[in-house]
Amino acid sequence: MSFTLLITAVLTGIALVFAGMLAARLISPRSFNAQKGEAYECGLPTRGRSHMQFKVGYYLFAILFLMFDIETVFLFPWAVVVGEVGVYGLVSVIFFLVVLILGLAYAWKKGALKWE
Amino acid sequence: MNTSFLDYYSIQPVTSWIHEALCSVMPEALAIFIECVVIGVVIVALYAVLAIILIYMERKVCAAFQCRIGPNRVGGKGGLLQVPADVLKILTKEIIRLKNSDHLLYDLAPYLVILASILSFSCLPWNKGAHILDMNIGILFVLAASSIGVVGILLAGWASNNKYTMIGAVRSGAMIISYELSLGIIVLSMVVLSETASISGIVESQANGWNLFKGHAIAILAFVVYLIAGNAEANRGPFDLAEAEQELTAGYHTEYSGLHFGFFYLAEYLNLFITAGFASTLFLGGWMPLHVAGLDGFNAVMDYIPGVVWFFGKTFFVVWLLMWIKWTFIRLRIDQVLVFEWKYLMPTSLLILILMVVLKVFGLVF
Repeated sequence: MSFTLLITAVLTGIALVFAGMLAARLISPRSFNAQKGEAYECGLPTRGRSHMQFKVGYYLFAILFLMFDIETVFLFPWAVVVGEVGVYGLVSVIFFLVVLILGLAYAWKKGALKWE
Repeated sequence: MNTSFLDYYSIQPVTSWIHEALCSVMPEALAIFIECVVIGVVIVALYAVLAIILIYMERKVCAAFQCRIGPNRVGGKGGLLQVPADVLKILTKEIIRLKNSDHLLYDLAPYLVILASILSFSCLPWNKGAHILDMNIGILFVLAASSIGVVGILLAGWASNNKYTMIGAVRSGAMIISYELSLGIIVLSMVVLSETASISGIVESQANGWNLFKGHAIAILAFVVYLIAGNAEANRGPFDLAEAEQELTAGYHTEYSGLHFGFFYLAEYLNLFITAGFASTLFLGGWMPLHVAGLDGFNAVMDYIPGVVWFFGKTFFVVWLLMWIKWTFIRLRIDQVLVFEWKYLMPTSLLILILMVVLKVFGLVF
């Protein structure tokens, strides 16, 4: 039943946007003006490409995020049973966390968390 | 521990009665299909009504914090029809097709944003027996579903082919993925406390006390971290630099018009509600009534209030807290936001997780 409901929820989301867009396209006015297709910047034509380079710092944070997010996923099964496993579960996960925190400390020391 | 009060307001008997009544007049597959359609309509109706309530509330709360009156013309004294009028207005606005945008991705972005928000919205525990999606990995599913939204934001910014949207999207992406870590780790600490990852299980484990009180001061600290990270996840408050009006016009949805833009706006307000809803589920007991040990008369009175009232009461309280934060603090810079997360909030939440496990393992929780 849960899987049926999951599909229901997914279809509801898609149908909401689709029906909304359809209704809006039917009742909204339409007028053509060449200026409307331009990028909304400052009134002057855009200079250069808009898909420009951006700061490399964003990539560094994304890579760090990947590491810690996977860690969170790994910890979920452990979190459910840690009350039963007890001290043994706590100690073994602390080793896991220490390795990750060492990684964060290294990135911190290397200046990856600094924004310049 | 007397838990018979839990069954007073359970709607499980009602739903199974409806199911059996439908099955007696038609084949089961058709009955399930009709039920699914009804559930879909209910989701959309709740979603739209809540968005209208939240936008009205935001305007009134904002006005109160700035010593203004807020909307007071349309629809009588309180301006009650202002938001429905705005919805109608946005429906009648032209949807512009841009010359240089990537049309496929541009049209796809609102679908992803709304999908992420609807999927996590349907996991909220409204009442006993009234979960729409309830699975044994519920809270992990919510984390996974809500992170589809960031893909939609990045697509919207990239496909619009505009420098403002690009900067807004990249900022927003970096911020949302960073704060997702704190959020995930805080959710983990609450999973440790409840010993289950299913949402109904988390609520039921709080029958003898809300998690906020069970986990001593650490749970309160976790609640504060959750509010900060949740605020950043919903792209609000001091963390709304992705759509900083003064520098980026409207951030990643600058190029969207009409209802196209409306969907981003809708998802943003519903994400506020979802953040608040999961705060009340994880920390404030979801639909559980407030019980004080020893005061049996008080507890009996509290049990007469239906669960759905408790859930909405708690959720709107947290929504009000988040609005208070938004209208009190000034906007941060992107470097301040990211450094705050990685140097302060992340280590704090890891510490909270470890302390919570220590509390749990040595049996120090209530």
